[in-house]
Amino acid sequence: MDILNGLMQGFAVALEPANLLWCLVGVVLGTVVGVMPGLGPPATIAMLLPLTFRMNPAGAMIMLAGIYYGAKYGGSTTSILLNVPGESASVVTCLDGYAMARKGRAGAALGIAAIASFVAGTVGVVGLMLVAPPLAKVALAFSAPEYFSLMALGLAMVVLLAGRSMLKALLAMLVGLWVAGIGTDPFSTTSRFTFGRLELLSGIDFVVVAIGVFALGEVLVCMEGHAEGGAVPVPKGLRNLLPTLQDLKDCRFAFVNGSVLGFLIGVLPGAGSTIASFISYGVEKAVSRRPQEFGKGAVEGVAAPEGANNSETGGALVPLLTLGIPGSGTTAVLLAALVLWGFKPGPLFISENPALFWGLVASMYIGNVMLLVLNLPLVPLFAQVLRTPGYVLYPLIIGISIVGVYSVSGSLFDVSLVVAFGVLGYLMRKLDYPAAPLILGLVLGGGMERALRQSLMMSQGDLAILATRPICAAMLALAVLILLVPLFNKLNAWRLQALE
Amino acid sequence: MRARNADLWSGLALAILAGYIIVQASGWDYTGPDGPGAGFFPLWYGIAMLVLSAALVASSLLRAEPEGLDWRGIGRAAAVSAALAVAVALFKLVGFAIGFAALAFFTVSVMYRRPWPLAAAVAVGLAGGFYLVFPLLLGVNLP
Repeated sequence: MDILNGLMQGFAVALEPANLLWCLVGVVLGTVVGVMPGLGPPATIAMLLPLTFRMNPAGAMIMLAGIYYGAKYGGSTTSILLNVPGESASVVTCLDGYAMARKGRAGAALGIAAIASFVAGTVGVVGLMLVAPPLAKVALAFSAPEYFSLMALGLAMVVLLAGRSMLKALLAMLVGLWVAGIGTDPFSTTSRFTFGRLELLSGIDFVVVAIGVFALGEVLVCMEGHAEGGAVPVPKGLRNLLPTLQDLKDCRFAFVNGSVLGFLIGVLPGAGSTIASFISYGVEKAVSRRPQEFGKGAVEGVAAPEGANNSETGGALVPLLTLGIPGSGTTAVLLAALVLWGFKPGPLFISENPALFWGLVASMYIGNVMLLVLNLPLVPLFAQVLRTPGYVLYPLIIGISIVGVYSVSGSLFDVSLVVAFGVLGYLMRKLDYPAAPLILGLVLGGGMERALRQSLMMSQGDLAILATRPICAAMLALAVLILLVPLFNKLNAWRLQALE
Repeated sequence: MRARNADLWSGLALAILAGYIIVQASGWDYTGPDGPGAGFFPLWYGIAMLVLSAALVASSLLRAEPEGLDWRGIGRAAAVSAALAVAVALFKLVGFAIGFAALAFFTVSVMYRRPWPLAAAVAVGLAGGFYLVFPLLLGVNLP
């Protein structure tokens, strides 16, 4: 009954004309951002953050969330048409989506991606609605030691974010912890790692790092060559975009698989939509009656990862809103936004801000419908963005990044820092260091240190406090197990090699 | 330079950073009257970074599959980075509009080798567009 009342209240908020407009702005912007390679949702939200300071928080949150899940819809477009993933989670969609396009079935692939996104996105919101309130009640039992363990668990998930090298993912995370530590220590007022610069005493703003590493880093990578997009013709006509009934029948399990796995993986901090899309693709292939078709244009190979990618959004908002733990780069920026507006995401967030929470949930239902209506007929139009020449697009992104950072602090020093972090982001891409662990380390670092020091104050320096509290010990044990996963995988690979 | 060497150099750079963190953290209180001090947490992640960077250096030396790097592409990215740094310095002297227009002109004419009239049009158009949208329409200050 509480949920139903909350949802009614949420729809009252979301259906206000201004909030409907922000929802539309968010989903359209998100779709455009998803279509454009090089400008993902974290950078876009980070860039738009300063502009939301004067907005009503509910409207601002509805718009930013719209960008988040809207980008998931748009991300598949370039994967299918050009074999260029608009965002990392759309990489798997390239495998079968582009193969379908090469077979003249681009319309069906785009259509099934939009439908899978709608189905799974809605399932994700239902999950958020049902799971978030009970999870918040459980989370009320959390104290400093539990929060430390939870953040340690979040950081341990970094092993799942690792690309080809676990070492590099862990090192990137440690660099994030270091950046988080720059500034004045809140307990002792000692200035740490400030290099004698007064500007660094208050620390480095998250927006500076996010825009630098994501937006400018990607621009530098893109400007290495002269790529300007537009290699495959954009299909025309609504009829050409619609999948057949047989396609929908073939995708029945893929819709369920993507929706459920995406949501569950989304709830885990640090897992993210890229992993969700890869796992759901693997499961779909494993249970398929025609696994040999995967990679050659199987429609389920598009539906499962696209569904997981979208359902993950609802899942990722659960730890963000009820525990204050961001599960991805985008939710980390959303967390920063909530904090900047004066909210405290955590166990009391829903009870203290019911209009904001339920308004957001209701807006996501509305936003998913808007996206389906927008995406099916307008996919060819959105794809035209790709025809914007690189020599216009990249200076534009640079300009927006600079203005975005300057509007937060009014400091040219921060503008210099964003350039430095842009170079860091570029080097990380070139040297195969994943950026997400750096962002996780940066976001969780401050809170983790604070929770650890508070825990040790509570126990007068006795580390046993982390092992004697049941929830705390269980989460730390889980974190250790997750950290050992790569080792188990290696041992298993060696065992199989030895058997052969 | 090969990718293996790139790992080696990045590992060494991170080891130096780790050394700096450890040295700095050693100068702060490890524990205080109320519990852990300012040096407690940085010291431990500094040590972890040192161990992991040493492992990266070691693994890069043992690996035998080097890959080539695209030095031309890296040169282009370095040129854009340098132009960005110069543009930021210019913001202080001549303001955002002129500094950004200069950056956009450089990008279009030098990096993309487009004719200078087109480069000038893009530069003026983008700088003017930013001025129109941010200070005039949204009330957001430019550098």
